[in-house]
Amino acid sequence: MNDHDHDHDHPHAPITNGSEPPAAARVRALEELLVERGVVSRDDVRRRIDWLVSRSPADGARLVARAWVDPEFKQRLLADARASALELGLDPGPSPVVVAVENTQAVHHLVVCTLCSCYPRALLGPPPDWYKSLPYRSRAVSDPRGVLTEFGVELDADVELRVLDSTADMRYLVIPRRPAGSEGMSEEDLAALVTRDAMIGVAQPGS
Amino acid sequence: MKFRAGQRVRVAVRPHEGHHRTPGYLKGKPGNIELVHGSFTNPETRAYGADGLPLQPVYLVGFQQREVWPDYRGDPGDRIYVDVFEHWLEEAE
Amino acid sequence: MERAVHDRGGTPTDAPIDRTEHELSDWELLTDALVGALGGEGLMNVDELRRGIESMPADEYERASYYERWLSSIETILTEKGVLAPGELDARLAR
Repeated sequence: MNDHDHDHDHPHAPITNGSEPPAAARVRALEELLVERGVVSRDDVRRRIDWLVSRSPADGARLVARAWVDPEFKQRLLADARASALELGLDPGPSPVVVAVENTQAVHHLVVCTLCSCYPRALLGPPPDWYKSLPYRSRAVSDPRGVLTEFGVELDADVELRVLDSTADMRYLVIPRRPAGSEGMSEEDLAALVTRDAMIGVAQPGS
Repeated sequence: MKFRAGQRVRVAVRPHEGHHRTPGYLKGKPGNIELVHGSFTNPETRAYGADGLPLQPVYLVGFQQREVWPDYRGDPGDRIYVDVFEHWLEEAE
Repeated sequence: MERAVHDRGGTPTDAPIDRTEHELSDWELLTDALVGALGGEGLMNVDELRRGIESMPADEYERASYYERWLSSIETILTEKGVLAPGELDARLAR
């Protein structure tokens, strides 16, 4: 903890919160330098930050809820998720291809990026730390059922588990199964059941 | 496009210095073309400042987990799907 | 065949998956946005970002947090391209 109970008559090092790593001051100094040199513009950086913080799983959930109530939309979503997102006025993000995959009675999907952290961020918000972690990246492909057990998901017997490793420009989003007993719910209420984790494949909706 | 949906392929085993997007666990494994994604810039050259052209075909390739992992502990029907560049795929019997 | 440091699929691990989450801090958002801004200026693309990360020594890669890896890569790539002079950022921080 700081013991700054004396007069501030000396210059401070770059402003950092005491709990930040050295990288914090480093990247701020880097931005300052690059802006000073006209390499990047501060406005552009700020706009990009604004976009990042605007992202959340709510957009993905809207896609799923619409697919649950509208079978023709679901087919369009499976054929071209990027176009379907635009259809609902959502931002599919800069990834050239977003692919929605459907969980059914017979198939459950689990998404990972073993090489880095590829993720449909525009529609789901930032990926959770565990998705980017070394243990998840290792075991989601080699021991996916063990991973699901760790996340509390028990698959019914005879369900085929399909793992998707996002190694190229495609970003994958899971359409989870509509929960039993949700008939008659409004689209808005259905969307509220769809969690980020369900759209990665490590949770069932409504749980 | 060299390969078509349903075709049996094998991921090449090649030493490759430098950036590429074919995971080590897949190299040498047999799978089936699930679908053709289209063509995309080549990360192997773009990672070094080139423009990544010409575009390279990318396929979604499906594998049986028990053919990928000798000790796979899940169900025999479990599969894994990975996006693989055409130049990392070979015809398989 | 030996695996590169980032190529983690199926690597042996006993580590449990830590599900603690944290909201991205200001400096992490800044790092992310900076890569985007550099990309927009044609100075650093996503493949270079990844290549820069993959060039980290294994122990550094494993010790670093996600955005610390990104920052390391930005410095590698920009120094390579002469946008940053070697040691320049350190000198600035020491001012």
